[in-house]
Amino acid sequence: MQTSAKYRTTEDLVIDIVVYTVMIIVMIATLYPFWNILAISLNDALDSIRGGIYLWPRKFTLNNYRVILSNPDIYHATLISVLRAVIGSLTNVLSCLMVAYAISRKDYIFRRFISKVIVFTMYFSGGLIPTYLLMKNLHLVGTFWVYILPGMVSAFNIIVIRSYIDGLPQSLIESAKIDGASEYRILFQIIMPLCLPVLATVTLWVAVGQWNAWFDTFLYNSGKPELSTLQFELQKILQSVQSASTNPDFSASLTSSGRTVTPTAIRATMTVVATLPILFVYPFLQRYFIHGLTIGSIKE
Amino acid sequence: MQSSKKGIWATIYNQRQLIVLTFPFLIMVLIFNYFPLWGWLLAFKDYKPYLGFQNSEWVGFKNFADLFSDVYFFQALRNTLVISCLKLIFNFLSSITFAILLNEIKNMLFKRTVQTISYLPHFVSWVVAANIVYTVLSPDYGIINELLVKFHILKEPINFLGEPQYFWFIAPITEVWKEMGWNAIIYLAAMTNIDPQLYEAASIDGAGRLKRIWYITLPGILPTVKILLIMNVGWILNAGFEQMYLLQRPSTLDYSDILETYILRYGIGSGRWSYATAAGIFNSVVSLILVTTANRIASKIGEGERVF
Repeated sequence: MQTSAKYRTTEDLVIDIVVYTVMIIVMIATLYPFWNILAISLNDALDSIRGGIYLWPRKFTLNNYRVILSNPDIYHATLISVLRAVIGSLTNVLSCLMVAYAISRKDYIFRRFISKVIVFTMYFSGGLIPTYLLMKNLHLVGTFWVYILPGMVSAFNIIVIRSYIDGLPQSLIESAKIDGASEYRILFQIIMPLCLPVLATVTLWVAVGQWNAWFDTFLYNSGKPELSTLQFELQKILQSVQSASTNPDFSASLTSSGRTVTPTAIRATMTVVATLPILFVYPFLQRYFIHGLTIGSIKE
Repeated sequence: MQSSKKGIWATIYNQRQLIVLTFPFLIMVLIFNYFPLWGWLLAFKDYKPYLGFQNSEWVGFKNFADLFSDVYFFQALRNTLVISCLKLIFNFLSSITFAILLNEIKNMLFKRTVQTISYLPHFVSWVVAANIVYTVLSPDYGIINELLVKFHILKEPINFLGEPQYFWFIAPITEVWKEMGWNAIIYLAAMTNIDPQLYEAASIDGAGRLKRIWYITLPGILPTVKILLIMNVGWILNAGFEQMYLLQRPSTLDYSDILETYILRYGIGSGRWSYATAAGIFNSVVSLILVTTANRIASKIGEGERVF
């Protein structure tokens, strides 16, 4: 503090002004679009078409939410989204932990082979069409498991968990082995509890990724409405509005259960519904997100 | 010989628990990540789903010949390269500048608030982001048009997403909005590793803040910048499928069609499986060459600190 007072110059002042101005602009540019969508979703649907809704709804109403939430498909889509986030992240983290533990063991005979096979998957993919045909041949198309199985073993998560395990004292494992503990016991009773911070991070990453995914639903399950996810429903709305905007016959409003809604209002409201869960968990969990990123950037 | 062979089997037996922990997942990786490579053979056949893989006719390199004579393929390739390069430049400039400016903030509460807000968009899906972009850029009620008209920069609102010539810039700019804060984290981490004594010494020598940024902060993060730059060049054929697919319109396809959306349209859309597979192979092979070259260069430059 003393030094900064000592070297206080006009240059300092100018830089401070520039820095703070830019930062405030960044904050507004980041947050405003979210806020604007929220305001539109809370405004009367027909009134929104007139435009000019910036910060606050002009004609406040919860009608848009009533219409969206009176649709039973939304609850089902939410259920599928939650299921895939929970099951997907738990299975992914558990399998990545097992692999990471094994290849962190310097004496493991297949350690190099397995690391190579897994890391190589980060660099290439079989491509859209062969992958699609594979899922078809495995009879995964049209099932819930197509959300879980293909991404269950993820190279990046394995590297992150492994470098965390590498940082733990190796003598823990050695002394447990001398005491006659099995590998499973060492992993689940000694290593896993110590890994909780990194496991929390990876779980969150996978859960957010699962929550945000829509392309696999689009590709594999678009013929199965019962496996639809929230993001996919939102994507359908976005695409239908896009094609509608080039279609002159499109009527500007539709009536659902006696309430009038418009594509604009539906889009805004669904966007809020699909984003809210992340907004809720975000402030509490963001330090875990970051934590993992800095582990992941450590060299192998 | 005999004893070493016995040694291997003994080791395998001793490590059977580790094998149980890894082999099921190794098999999954082989199925889901490696097995599709076998499907590359499709590109050399005229695949008809009702005939199946076995009975479809071999056609040699016909699909590749068709691909390289299709003007829309080259259009998609051009768009992929242009959009990726612009994204690379925009992303690097924005996140490095943002990190440097953030580093100059001494008020920790303000700094943390800005940072927390800046990476929020990273955690929403591209569907949500595309809806937001759509709303912000809308000609009817979008804030960008309203502002531009109000300040007399535009006479009439523009349908930004419907006009092909804007797409090359909308893609990188929206990506900056979504990823700038997140990308800055790694530079900020690099900055915390810079020795504070360097700054003290420099200010005693009379260096102002600009000079300290230029001569200490920038060189301090240069190794990180180099490695990330090289690695990102390796991904140049991946322009970001979800974003492109969600933001493109039929009217902007001349400028918004990238290799991956091209493959999706021809493969799943019009059922030309073999043709789309050939396009996919082109994409994967060029990407793989780029990535491995990039990784090799990165490992040379980074004094042994390869990214992977």
